[in-house]
Amino acid sequence: MNSNKPSTIDLVNRNLQKRYRAEKRFQIFGIASIGFGLLCLLVLFTDIVSKGAGAFTSHYIQLTVNLDPDDLDITDITDESQLALADYQGVVRKALRDKFPDVKKRGDRRKLYGLVSNSAGFRLQEILKNDPEKLGEQLTLWVLADDDIDTYAKSKNDAEPFTGRLNDKQIGWVNTLLDSGEMQSRFNRVLFTSGDSREPEMAGIRGALLGSLYTLLVTLVLSFPIGVAAAVYLEEYAPKNKFTDFIEVNINNLAAVPSIIYGLLGLAIFINFFGMPRSIPLVGGLVLTLMTLPTIIISSRAAIKSVPPSIRQAALGLGASKMQVILHHVLPLAMPGMLTGAIIGMAQALGETAPLLMIGMVAFIVDIPQSIMDPATVLPVQIYLWSDSPERAFTERTSGAIIVLLAFLILMNTIAVLLRRRLERRW
Amino acid sequence: MNMATNTAETIGDNHQTVGTPFVDNAKLSMRNVNVFYGEKQAIFDVGMDIGTNEVMAMIGPSGCGKSTFLRCLNRMNDTIEGCRVEGDLNLEGEDIYGAKLDVVPLRARVGIVFQKPNPFPKSIYDNIAYGPRIHGLVSKRTELDEIVETSLQKAGLWNEVKDRLDAPGTGLSGGQQQRLCIARTIAVSPEVILMDEPCSALDPIATAKIEELIAELSENYTIAIVTHSMQQAARVSNRTAYFHLGKLIEVNETEKVFTNPDHQLTEAYITGRFG
Repeated sequence: MNSNKPSTIDLVNRNLQKRYRAEKRFQIFGIASIGFGLLCLLVLFTDIVSKGAGAFTSHYIQLTVNLDPDDLDITDITDESQLALADYQGVVRKALRDKFPDVKKRGDRRKLYGLVSNSAGFRLQEILKNDPEKLGEQLTLWVLADDDIDTYAKSKNDAEPFTGRLNDKQIGWVNTLLDSGEMQSRFNRVLFTSGDSREPEMAGIRGALLGSLYTLLVTLVLSFPIGVAAAVYLEEYAPKNKFTDFIEVNINNLAAVPSIIYGLLGLAIFINFFGMPRSIPLVGGLVLTLMTLPTIIISSRAAIKSVPPSIRQAALGLGASKMQVILHHVLPLAMPGMLTGAIIGMAQALGETAPLLMIGMVAFIVDIPQSIMDPATVLPVQIYLWSDSPERAFTERTSGAIIVLLAFLILMNTIAVLLRRRLERRW
Repeated sequence: MNMATNTAETIGDNHQTVGTPFVDNAKLSMRNVNVFYGEKQAIFDVGMDIGTNEVMAMIGPSGCGKSTFLRCLNRMNDTIEGCRVEGDLNLEGEDIYGAKLDVVPLRARVGIVFQKPNPFPKSIYDNIAYGPRIHGLVSKRTELDEIVETSLQKAGLWNEVKDRLDAPGTGLSGGQQQRLCIARTIAVSPEVILMDEPCSALDPIATAKIEELIAELSENYTIAIVTHSMQQAARVSNRTAYFHLGKLIEVNETEKVFTNPDHQLTEAYITGRFG
């Protein structure tokens, strides 16, 4: 052997270093991508949480209200129209005047009244309705502060506190109240108990949350069985010919159709042709069903295809009918994969806005939907609506709603993962 | 390959099976069977009988159609797209491919064990109980327990698994899995058991156990076994059929096939000149 020529093992060793370096580089690419992803996620979450955390608290002002029948203009407590038309605002204003007796000028007084939200009057009406005995009593209660006041109080310690339309006198009153403990930051129940409102402090996401829930329910109930049935038929029964090829190509195409097209389709078919009402979760669910079906069908077919043929043969060889093979063996084994598809579809549907705009789920709806037939909006649409509102307080509520939407998504995915783990056979 | 081409010519189109393909006490009798995969013909005019409680071994080089032929016997070929079977196949006088015959009871009478052990991803108990359940053979849990126990005993697996019937069937060793599959087939009390190379995925010890089992089972069942191992065919079978390029060359007593075959192709195969 020529000693000048490097031996094979030397060549391999020299190459080995190069290979190790390449291997390392390859890994670093992966780590860098994951790192980049995590960084983006971190930035997103920090941004949303820092902006939206404020939405979960709200400032309340302590008021001592005198439910005087004369002031309220109520002569007969059993009369519902009197109860409805009573001058609750006047009582609230009186309580404010009592709190700040020095304020005499008309203009100042109007500013003073602006400290508390209009919802205070509705609160009183609610109280009297539930307990008529309270008439004539003196109540001490915490009422919501106006959104500008709330925003100022939250940003008071910032470098540049938000003052907006507030004048110096109002700022002085707020500071007095905050110092004396008569104005406090509390958990914002309103956000979770009421529907949309033009007044940010009274606006909540309950309507949108329930609207999303109803819409998703309709979507899930329709799209999962239809999708699975279609997948089973196409995979197990359908003859392989030009027609089924055509169907397959079309299902794949439908998965890529922009979602707003489905909205137009829903508008044309469900609303214009079948005459269903606008803005209801039922129509929203139908439209989203159309949208998620291709996803569910494609993933279900893949899941069915991945069931080992030996299992089918074993069952067939024992004399199981085709349906028994499918129900006893194929579907249970394919279920985790099908669920994954359904979850991806549902998550898509939960975040979908465009098709719902077309069928009127973008309307300003104050009432909380009670069923799938009530007008409603959904969380992403609510976020879109709020992000468009000029009031400063809606900014944090927008982020707050995004946090709730993300929490909803995470909850759904967690349930799905747990469900899948239960169904998955690890043998 | 050259050899195969030559021999194909020597068979000719009007080849007559030599030996004794037909018997008096036939459980399964096949006449003029042709099988096509689409345009391609896989089996050419095969006629033979499988006697009651007999072990029939089917041997031949790869691609000779022995597995295809076996799978015709309980219509497992139905599931293959483009597969067409012609000819008369009878199970005790009943036409297997007749319009009146339902494949579900047919497969309950003619069970099959596959090349690769394929237990269901369920417990050992459920694997055995599946057949009786779908056919509604039992009404009480105790009866089902009994079937599971006897089936596992017949398959020689009972002592190994009786303490862990709830354990997954897929957790057993390869040989145990195959015996589990045999037990699963026995559980529906078939008359015929088809075995498609049941030992090709097993080690010699597991193979020996399965072969013992086949010998025991042959007292009560008619068995048709496809095998690549000539030793195995010689050990377990009563008669042996030799297939070549889709044609049935020779059927004879196993001893005769391996000592003094009637056809030159059979001799060439068993002496290892090709295969």
